[in-house]
Amino acid sequence: MSKDYKDYHAAGDQEVVYKKVGTRRLFSNPDADEAREHFTSQSRRMVDKTTTVKDAVANLISDGDYFAAGGFGSNRIPAAVLHEMVRQKKKNLGFAGHTSTHDMQILVAGKCIDRCDAAYVVGLEARGLSKNARKSFENGDIEATEWSNATLAWRYKAAAMGLSFLPARSILGTDTMKYSAAMEVPCPFTGKPYVAVPALYPDVAAIHVHCSDIYGNCQIKGISVSDLDLARAAKKLIITTERIIHNDEIRREPHLTVIPYYEVDAVIEVPYGAYPSNMAYEYFTDEDHIKEWLDTEKDEKAFREFLDKNIYNCKNHWEYLEVNGGLEKINELRIQENLSDIV
Amino acid sequence: MSNYNGMELMICLASRYLEDDGSVVVGTGAPCAAAMLAQRTRAPKLMVMFEAGGIGPRLPSMPISVGDSRTYYKGLLTTSMPEIMEACQKGMVDYTFLGGAQIDMYGNINSTIIGDYDRPKVRFPGSGGANDLASLCIKTMMITPQDKNRFTNDIEFITSPGYLTGKGAREAAGLPPGGGPYKIITNLAVLGFDEETCRMRVEMIHPGITREQIIENTGFELLWAPEVLESEPPSDEELEILRKDVDPRRLIIGRG
Repeated sequence: MSKDYKDYHAAGDQEVVYKKVGTRRLFSNPDADEAREHFTSQSRRMVDKTTTVKDAVANLISDGDYFAAGGFGSNRIPAAVLHEMVRQKKKNLGFAGHTSTHDMQILVAGKCIDRCDAAYVVGLEARGLSKNARKSFENGDIEATEWSNATLAWRYKAAAMGLSFLPARSILGTDTMKYSAAMEVPCPFTGKPYVAVPALYPDVAAIHVHCSDIYGNCQIKGISVSDLDLARAAKKLIITTERIIHNDEIRREPHLTVIPYYEVDAVIEVPYGAYPSNMAYEYFTDEDHIKEWLDTEKDEKAFREFLDKNIYNCKNHWEYLEVNGGLEKINELRIQENLSDIV
Repeated sequence: MSNYNGMELMICLASRYLEDDGSVVVGTGAPCAAAMLAQRTRAPKLMVMFEAGGIGPRLPSMPISVGDSRTYYKGLLTTSMPEIMEACQKGMVDYTFLGGAQIDMYGNINSTIIGDYDRPKVRFPGSGGANDLASLCIKTMMITPQDKNRFTNDIEFITSPGYLTGKGAREAAGLPPGGGPYKIITNLAVLGFDEETCRMRVEMIHPGITREQIIENTGFELLWAPEVLESEPPSDEELEILRKDVDPRRLIIGRG
């Protein structure tokens, strides 16, 4: 069992009386000095970081790591990386359940996760609940610590800022706070109560973007969700990109760059790499496929076959796409994204 | 027989509380339909925001995710979740809508678990952005079916804050002053909150519904507003816009 970092962290200071303390385990070390030591040791050389999904997952994600996925559950998720994690049978991962919907569904199918910071889990928004994901929480396979989307986002932000916590004003007074690992602290200036949310420095994160150069300078179109903070919070970062563009393109419009190369450890060009999720201005969610996934989960044998077909028997993301209609399907989703189907 | 169903009535009633030039964070489903209807009727300049980062879209159709591309179609800004939540924390968001499995007489909401936390009988999604929105927006609303199991003081987990334990409890806990539950629109009534006790009270009863039906479908004692009004049914104009423009595929209103 991995450590509860809350005890470790709070043990240092006997002076402050924490009036209300979240009762659940803190899965990652919030200490800014430890994180700083890691970031200080990282190379700042701008070198070619292109690789394959297979190698990136094998070399950068270890069993037991704390992992976070970019995007928003069914939007701009790093699907190719998630599938490869399942194929490589990654185990005992911690996971940031930050509106985790289809992304979590994939990792739960591979039994990759054993602990989760739960802000939004097991659901797929308007589409309903995932039977498998629910079961994994209900039977205790996944240990949970409760958060809200904003407090989890601000945990990334605290880490991105190189801090060990940030104060915030939500979750106070609720069971979401009681079952979190947050603490109540007084504002040193006004004396008013705040919730202190601990920095979250994931061991590794994967984010899918629209464009990146070979060094990892990235452009994202549409909403960024929490990815700009996540990219800076994560100790290692895998980028999959719709397209690799030349560094000259990056330098021509630097205002479009949202993640700088020095945060990035691996770059892989994976066209349609967010499929079956929605990629802003490129392709819409494959709702039929996600519905099939949700429905098939209800029958264990059928779901096993479904996973063989869609993950285990696929060599890579291209084969997964082929199984589900290939470029013809993508073309349909591109038309939907461009609203040509609006009645 | 009325010429509208319960869902259509709830969406129309909810839309009338959204004022022009106001701001609202919505999710998918009925709340989004209410915001779209408001924009197409009495509040054309209502500013709609989505927690994943979409601001000011001209919603072409109902989103299926609060982060899908419909949520920023022809929008003003595509930004981040922290920016949306920080706007709420600063006090710039007037309205929000929540959902949940249970609600108590102070408007506290459970959307996390039924049963023991470690081995829950049922695990629901949890807060998502709901706790943050309930904590940080000015007026929190809910569109929900009303029954005894859902409206109960035996709430098993307070995911999102209503008035917590009563008047002043939100502020004492550290939540920003001035927020809290505003209106709860059900299939039977419109419920508000008594200013002194912060307890849920009946303010409007839908046509054809009796006081007894409301009492029977509530697991705690409700207060009654000094003057209980009859809810005004959807107008022909509202129904036409809702059916033809907001939800032509009947994704939401088809649920009755």
